Amino acid sequence: MDPPASARVSARYRVVHETRYRYQSMVSLSQQYMHLTPRLLPYQKTESHLIWLDPAVSEGKDGIDYFGNHTRHVALTVPHDSLLVHAESTVALYARPGPVQIEGTLPWESVRDMMGKEKSPASLEACRYLYASPHVNSFPALEAYARLSYTPGRAQLDAALDLTYRIFEDFEFDGSATDISTPLEQVLVGRRGVCQDFAQLMIGCLRSVGLPARYVSGYILTHPPEGKPRLVGADASHAWVSVFCPPLGWVDFDPTNHCLVQDEHITLGWGRDFSDVTPIRGVVLGGGKQLLDVQVTVTPLPLATET
Amino acid sequence: MLDAARQPRAHWRAMLANLEHETHETVRQRSETVRRQVRENGVTYNVAADANGKERPWDLNVLPLILPHEEWSGIEAAVIQRANLLNKILADVYGKQEMLREGLLPSALIDGHPGFLRPCHDIRHHDDIALHFYAVDLARAPDGRWWVMADRTQTPSGAGYALENRAIIAPTFPNLLRELKVQPLAKFFRTMHESLVHWGRRCAAEGDVPAPLREGEMPLIVLLTAGQRSASYYEQAYLARYLGLPLVEGGDLTVRDGVVFLKTLAGLHRVHVIMRRVDDESCDPLELHGSMLGVTGLTQAARRGNVLIANSLGSSLLESGALLGYLPALSRRLLGEPLKMPSVATWWCGEPAALETVISGLDRLVIKPSFSQLPSFAVFGQDLAGAARANFIAGLRANPNNYIAQELVRLSQAPVWMTGPAPGLQARAIGVRVFACATPNGYMVMPGGLTRVATGPDARVLAMQMGGASKDTWVQARAKVEAHRLQKRVITSEDLVREDTSLSSRVAENLLWFGRHAERCDNIARLLRVTLHFLFNVRFDQRGAEWPTVKALCIWFQLIDADTESPAPGGAGALPPAVLTDAEIESALLRAVVSPDVSGLARQQQQLYRIAGQLHERFSVDNWRALNRMVQPVALAGEAPSQSEIMTILDDATASLMTLAGFALDGMTRDLGWRFMSIGRRLERLQFQCVVLQRALSMDENGNLEWLLELSDSIVTYRARYRAQPEWLPVLDLLLRDETNPRSILFQIDGIQGAMLKIARIHGACGEYLLAPAREALIALDPGTDLNHGNAVLGELLNRIQLASAALSEQISLQFFSYTDNGQQRSRTS
Repeated sequence: MDPPASARVSARYRVVHETRYRYQSMVSLSQQYMHLTPRLLPYQKTESHLIWLDPAVSEGKDGIDYFGNHTRHVALTVPHDSLLVHAESTVALYARPGPVQIEGTLPWESVRDMMGKEKSPASLEACRYLYASPHVNSFPALEAYARLSYTPGRAQLDAALDLTYRIFEDFEFDGSATDISTPLEQVLVGRRGVCQDFAQLMIGCLRSVGLPARYVSGYILTHPPEGKPRLVGADASHAWVSVFCPPLGWVDFDPTNHCLVQDEHITLGWGRDFSDVTPIRGVVLGGGKQLLDVQVTVTPLPLATET
Repeated sequence: MLDAARQPRAHWRAMLANLEHETHETVRQRSETVRRQVRENGVTYNVAADANGKERPWDLNVLPLILPHEEWSGIEAAVIQRANLLNKILADVYGKQEMLREGLLPSALIDGHPGFLRPCHDIRHHDDIALHFYAVDLARAPDGRWWVMADRTQTPSGAGYALENRAIIAPTFPNLLRELKVQPLAKFFRTMHESLVHWGRRCAAEGDVPAPLREGEMPLIVLLTAGQRSASYYEQAYLARYLGLPLVEGGDLTVRDGVVFLKTLAGLHRVHVIMRRVDDESCDPLELHGSMLGVTGLTQAARRGNVLIANSLGSSLLESGALLGYLPALSRRLLGEPLKMPSVATWWCGEPAALETVISGLDRLVIKPSFSQLPSFAVFGQDLAGAARANFIAGLRANPNNYIAQELVRLSQAPVWMTGPAPGLQARAIGVRVFACATPNGYMVMPGGLTRVATGPDARVLAMQMGGASKDTWVQARAKVEAHRLQKRVITSEDLVREDTSLSSRVAENLLWFGRHAERCDNIARLLRVTLHFLFNVRFDQRGAEWPTVKALCIWFQLIDADTESPAPGGAGALPPAVLTDAEIESALLRAVVSPDVSGLARQQQQLYRIAGQLHERFSVDNWRALNRMVQPVALAGEAPSQSEIMTILDDATASLMTLAGFALDGMTRDLGWRFMSIGRRLERLQFQCVVLQRALSMDENGNLEWLLELSDSIVTYRARYRAQPEWLPVLDLLLRDETNPRSILFQIDGIQGAMLKIARIHGACGEYLLAPAREALIALDPGTDLNHGNAVLGELLNRIQLASAALSEQISLQFFSYTDNGQQRSRTS
């Protein structure tokens, strides 16, 4: 998965992702399952990475999940009433296929018809992202919405780009309209939500017309208003969509920011939807009510440090 | 039952010959015996459809299904082959996925399967066995051919019911069983257990946290249940008891550093094998997204090889009827041989061609969901007409992947003894569930099964959920059968067990409460009996000073509503004014006997029964019979029982409780669990006697004391010793400090201290000292001066004893039951 030797570093970032839980009462046992380690990709290399917790844990187990993402299991057995998870990574990004190469891709129907018939490893792998998943289901209204972009004979990426723009135009970013359990039906009707909703809505659209689509979890560089300094902790986890487009492979679209993903997105991992790559999942014993505070800071680094 | 020439099949002739000599009356009696056995053993099946989670008595027909040796050999070979095949498919889907690559399994059936658990991919299994326990539903066509109707691969149920069926039916036909060379079932369970032991040892030695077991040391195998609400809870408890496994719930287990532990009184004990009866998704709230019931981190423990889960997580995948059509090709590919027994013709609508076939042939098909994760239903095409048919077809077309269609199979019939108004033999369609278990040397099939009987003459669905009946299944051996017994292993002196070290905190707590509630039942029954005796037999104007005291006790124990007759100001000891008429009191007390809606005997019995239900596997069958006998009369009592009926109910309740106490005394080993139960009993009795004696001491000095002796079950002793009217000094001596009287205060204190000292020897100090000062004060009493009615010291001492016993109870909870999650909430974050 290392980037090709000829590849050119197009951006470098330091990402600090801090999650703090405050509990109403003591937690006697806490077990956490994390997707906080960036994937190694042809266009992304991890220069450094570490995760630490407060209270500190002695036990931790790293693994790779079904989708190839890095995972870590930790458990805390000391009683505690707050938990801090600190994840810190330095990554270098390499150039991805740009918009120029998108012209002339296969009609979307060809990709659809290939699914389940073609037995190449890439196609078989794509089938993993073709069906309903815990947070993404298909329904007639969603298919109707998708069909406006997926018109007969349209090139796969052209249609995907159109859908990306339409979701951006039709939906309003609103952090209070939805939560992780809001169904797609409600998002489609309410026309409001956050990146996770828009990504899952777009995935649902693609699957409803028979196309595979992945949910990508990661971070995005944000731009402070003109003349203002970059604020620490002002960023957030981000999510976008990966579309299968043979023979190019997977191409990433960000419906929240109406763009093709280039060198401002840092990838943690992917799955069928949020539930496969939740950054931190945990089960705690005790604790009562809990308060959650997440702070993400993405800082651009100079390109030159590589030796 | 009949062959082509419409003559009885050979194996039925012996059975029929046997029945021929019997009158209808004898068969009816046999059938009645079976019904009584089922009721008394408390065999139940929870009907999931019932919102109240009602338990239904198990319906067992007296006539067995008999399978001759030759017919059985064919079934056996086919089931073994199928178990092997399904195991290989499971291993492939959760491993290399070659069948997907080769197109032998469609991606939609795996990637689109709601039961495909991605976190379970790449979990390794010893000897490549992922399917440890397998059940298959078979049906016989009228031509004698056997067909597979469905595979049960996740948490196959029914083997325990089959075992219980045999236990009930065997004594009904003792000679016939031998004559027909019917194979016993015990060896199957022994082999299954031995296999799990084998793999448990390997988990202990080969996981990533190895801790190999000594030669005679047994791995800890537990049976994981979803609890009393699961449909086959009775069976789970029965199996746990039969195999000698702790029956545990998710909360009893905890995962630490990839190792599963059972929370016991003595701390955490490593678990090596989990036989689970919990659905895939509900096993691990951390990775499997289901309910919060499971064991957090279980998937990781399995992944790291430190525990064997039988069946492996994710095995529900194979239960999909959509797979059936792919099995013949998979069998040729994976086993290199054709399937020995065909599956019922099944079309998965996810295949476009199949969908059209299904729609055009709807009338001869039954449509079901493709995946067990979808809501269950069975729609018969022939029942659909008009708009309903069009709607249904539209539904099929919209989500074809979710539907399968199966050909209607005409089922072979078997004779059934029908009870009811017109008893006699009738023919009913049957199906048989056959069971197999994995062993290190291949699969073994249980020589028997669970035969299910259709509910009506033309019922098309066989399902216990829908209220079907069952039959014992007799598989004939070629040669004479040897008797087998469960469990045989080499036990060295090092392995001798005296204390059940795997007693979970939850079970210990339940045992303590079982003891308390049993005693509480007894106390209430006695108090009701004493009070009703006054009402029924003593005229109002002839009741002495004791009557207000007895009434006050009834109020204290909430048998009479305190709101209608509130105690006069002046403290708890004051007597309430006699404002209630006899009729009002009588009606309140009658309700207290029979109605579970008010506090009283019926409600108390229900609570006792509920707790007993959580301890199912700890009690013997005899013990259960006594419990069931106790609960039934109250449940069967009418709205307005007569005076004599009420007294009979109370007498019976007291007698049943005596029987239970007898079992506890004579039939249970004095292990840790028994001690907790005994402490519960003694604590409850101690507190009851303290209240009763305090009340008695506040009574007028001239009141009759007979009721007090009656209530304390000490009247016989008193009469034998003193042969006179009760007087204060001897009564107080007998009830307070006679260490030989099992009802005395001193006897309770000594019993509690004795049990606690034994526990303290294993677990360290645990509050056994709390009652010591009270005991000293009790011993120090001078019978000559202290044991009289007017002595205020006595009341104060009783009060101190009560407080100390409450403190003791709290101490026990803190020290031993803190592992139980009561009051501890689990929550999930993301």
